[in-house]
Amino acid sequence: MKAVKVFFNGVLNENPTFRMVLGMCPTLALTTAAINGIGMGLATTFVLVGSNLVISLLKNFVPQKIRIPAFVVVIATFVTVVSMIMQAFLPELNKSLGIYIPLIVVNCIILARAESFASKNSVLLSIIDGLGMGIGFTLALLLLGSIREIVGAGTWFGMPVFSDGFSPAVIMILPPGGFITLGLVLGLLNKLTGRAE
Amino acid sequence: MEPLIVSSSPHVYSKDTTARIMLDVVLALLPAAAAGVYFFGGRAALIMVISVLSAVMTEAIVQKLMKKPVTISDWSAVVTGLMLAFNLPPTVPLWLPVVGSAIAIALVKQAFGGLGHNFMNPALAARAILLAAWPVYMTTWADPIHGAMGAVNAAASADAVSSATPLAILKGLEGTQEQLPPLWSIIVGGTRGCLGETSDLALLLGAAYLLWRRVISWRIPFSFISTVALLTWVLGPQGLFTGNAIYHIFSGGLILGAFYMATDYSSSPVTPKGQIIMGIGCGIITSIIRLYGGYPEGVTYSILLMNVAAPLIDRFTMPRIYGEVRADV
Repeated sequence: MKAVKVFFNGVLNENPTFRMVLGMCPTLALTTAAINGIGMGLATTFVLVGSNLVISLLKNFVPQKIRIPAFVVVIATFVTVVSMIMQAFLPELNKSLGIYIPLIVVNCIILARAESFASKNSVLLSIIDGLGMGIGFTLALLLLGSIREIVGAGTWFGMPVFSDGFSPAVIMILPPGGFITLGLVLGLLNKLTGRAE
Repeated sequence: MEPLIVSSSPHVYSKDTTARIMLDVVLALLPAAAAGVYFFGGRAALIMVISVLSAVMTEAIVQKLMKKPVTISDWSAVVTGLMLAFNLPPTVPLWLPVVGSAIAIALVKQAFGGLGHNFMNPALAARAILLAAWPVYMTTWADPIHGAMGAVNAAASADAVSSATPLAILKGLEGTQEQLPPLWSIIVGGTRGCLGETSDLALLLGAAYLLWRRVISWRIPFSFISTVALLTWVLGPQGLFTGNAIYHIFSGGLILGAFYMATDYSSSPVTPKGQIIMGIGCGIITSIIRLYGGYPEGVTYSILLMNVAAPLIDRFTMPRIYGEVRADV
């Protein structure tokens, strides 16, 4: 039962994007298209699960004072794996995500989960937490990416969704569109879940 | 005997209400609106009407949805809609003012708390968003149907699109210097540009009314325009002190921006010193964008940037309270 709770904690209650407002750099920069959102979200999920797993295994061996460098080494290992896999099998997506794949190393969601969850909980729960957080992040990026791609480019996953008469609002796939969309979705979710005050 | 009323200060009673002030602004904008219709034809009137109606409707809908009292009778949405229409080229598709009004009212005004809480001028912010979203529609100018002296412009229909504005020519972006319209036609109206900025004469008439009614003060417009005049004169194209300052003052949206946009109560500084700083800041940014930036016109961005700086300006220009000990002695 606790596992289910931990999982949904990451997807909903402590959603990294909409609740914790963590990892804003990839969130704002990469959600120009739905496919980018999914790609970044899944890459982050893989690193989260892997690093949570290893860090919860190591939690009794890493001295308190050097735990952050130790976490970063573990995370960097998994990011290297993801980066190489993407270069080999998804070169197009890898190109459009660019520098943000290597930058997962310093992604604050991953570091936050390592510090506040994996280093204090069992291996199984840590994996589930990584999975929940990762899926929460992926869904958030997919939502933002879909809104921005549909309004800003008139397509969804590259497929046109409007007839020819629609002229897309280019601003939505530019940086200001990222801030506007994030602000509106955050505000709406807070309103819907009664957290506006 | 009259009952004794005990109340806290201020005790000065003023007949000014929000609705009265906004109505004054609408009245002041009417000559320029008429000039816009005269120079750009019925389509200009249609754009203004659509823009105003959609602004008022957005305000009503958003306030209903947010369960707030509906305040469309205070004329503020009308002012925003009209100002937005003034900032659009006469060739825009008719859905553009609807989207623009919705952005101005819902996003910039109501999302931040409604009248008095907007941190930027709603009409200008909407214009900036529209310009970034649909750059082609927002920069396609048309020749006016009337010349400045009333002659029907026969060439208007011949090349109605892709003609350059005076500022774009002045900057050397498009056209040649010989195509620059004469100064009097820039002042009276009848050059290419947005709906409301074409006739500086009509705008100044409205501005004089606002100054007389004391709806706006002279500080922001005066410091704004004089800074632009000084900088464009000093930093001229052929070396120092060769710039055409008069031309810069009357072309583009400077008059419209300085008198009607930069003086927006909730997004400009409250203190007198702060208002002068705001005007000078707007002037510097406008001149830099006009002379060295990528765009021919910089009034929109200068006012928006100074809007964001207004709270900071207010904090540093707060007048000292009497009886307070100075911190620096």
